[in-house]
Amino acid sequence: MLQETRVIMGMPISVGIADAMATQSMLDEVFAHFTAVDLRFSTYKADSEISALNAGRLTPTEISVEMREVSALAEQTKNETDGYFEIRMADGSLDPSGIVKGWAIRNAANLIRSRGFENYFVDAGGDIQTGGKNAEGQDWRTGIRNPFNEDEIIKAVVLKNKGIATSGSYVRGNHIYDPKNPSAKIDSIVSLTVIGPDVLEADRFATAAFAMGDDGIYFIEDVSGLEGYMVNAKGIATQTSGFGAFVIS
Amino acid sequence: MKHFSRSALFATTLALLSGVALAAPLDPSAIMDPTAPDAVAAQPVKSTKGIADGAYKGAAFDAYFGMVQVQANIQGGRLASVKVLKYPSGKNTSRRINRTALPILEQEVVRAQSTNVNLVSGATLTSRAYLRSLKSALAKAAG
Repeated sequence: MLQETRVIMGMPISVGIADAMATQSMLDEVFAHFTAVDLRFSTYKADSEISALNAGRLTPTEISVEMREVSALAEQTKNETDGYFEIRMADGSLDPSGIVKGWAIRNAANLIRSRGFENYFVDAGGDIQTGGKNAEGQDWRTGIRNPFNEDEIIKAVVLKNKGIATSGSYVRGNHIYDPKNPSAKIDSIVSLTVIGPDVLEADRFATAAFAMGDDGIYFIEDVSGLEGYMVNAKGIATQTSGFGAFVIS
Repeated sequence: MKHFSRSALFATTLALLSGVALAAPLDPSAIMDPTAPDAVAAQPVKSTKGIADGAYKGAAFDAYFGMVQVQANIQGGRLASVKVLKYPSGKNTSRRINRTALPILEQEVVRAQSTNVNLVSGATLTSRAYLRSLKSALAKAAG
């Protein structure tokens, strides 16, 4: 399998193509796509389109097709999640990073497919789109990282042309238990993984549902086409009713 | 569906918590995210040796769906533990869902799996805010 990892958009992005005719130029094209997304949407780059928009150098009528599409997706997600998804920050500026990642991964997968490849994965910072089979001709096997120990996985799932995304807070477990105040209330969730028809769906709903706290997994249960696995600060996982069908036992 | 009794869950939870409580001193350079895009988080903290013992609060940073703020506890000139002061919990938002209508979903205690996998899904969302807050706490500790 042809596979490469580069750091773009502030995270490791891995692309693998298992088709026999996989080429390095295909990988280069996928990474160029992510670089272009970063140049347009990075709030850390003063000359990005989003920075120009936030600084008032660009009016909402002058934005690119891509910016328009991402804004519309953010608005749609906000409406579908009872307002739990918001790209407008407290200071009034826009930070679309919560939707750009899933959108960029899905578009990368579409690009790979449009070039005739069927067996691939695109993994950007732990959000993943798979297509076809792995190098052994089997379904892609994906682990869910242990939020209390990043070297471990706590679940393994099989993904057939699906997307998976995890939202959470990695503070190495120590936020959940204060040895000097053991009676402190522990009620936060630390990780929410969503499997969806593609990584964009998985990512935008994982982000919104995580913000709902303990109720997030029930929200995922209610959305058709999505399954989820939530881990709370006590180390208890709750899964949606259809999640078990993906699990490798 | 498997259901765990509440008391069994509680006992296992206690066992699990004692396992994840932070006991060992951290190497600050090991928790710096090398992929963080901004200079603040990207600068590794070289050493905390020689820093006065005490608790140092970091600034609060926006983790997209809420604020993250940590406190660095320095003991013996080393970063001994990190306490999270602010953390997005969704606590204020739960009343929107009608509890009486909730389905019963399967629960389990999380356990490490040895299954062979091709890929791993995990979160990156708040790590940057966490690291920035920790960095600012350590900068404060360094004087």
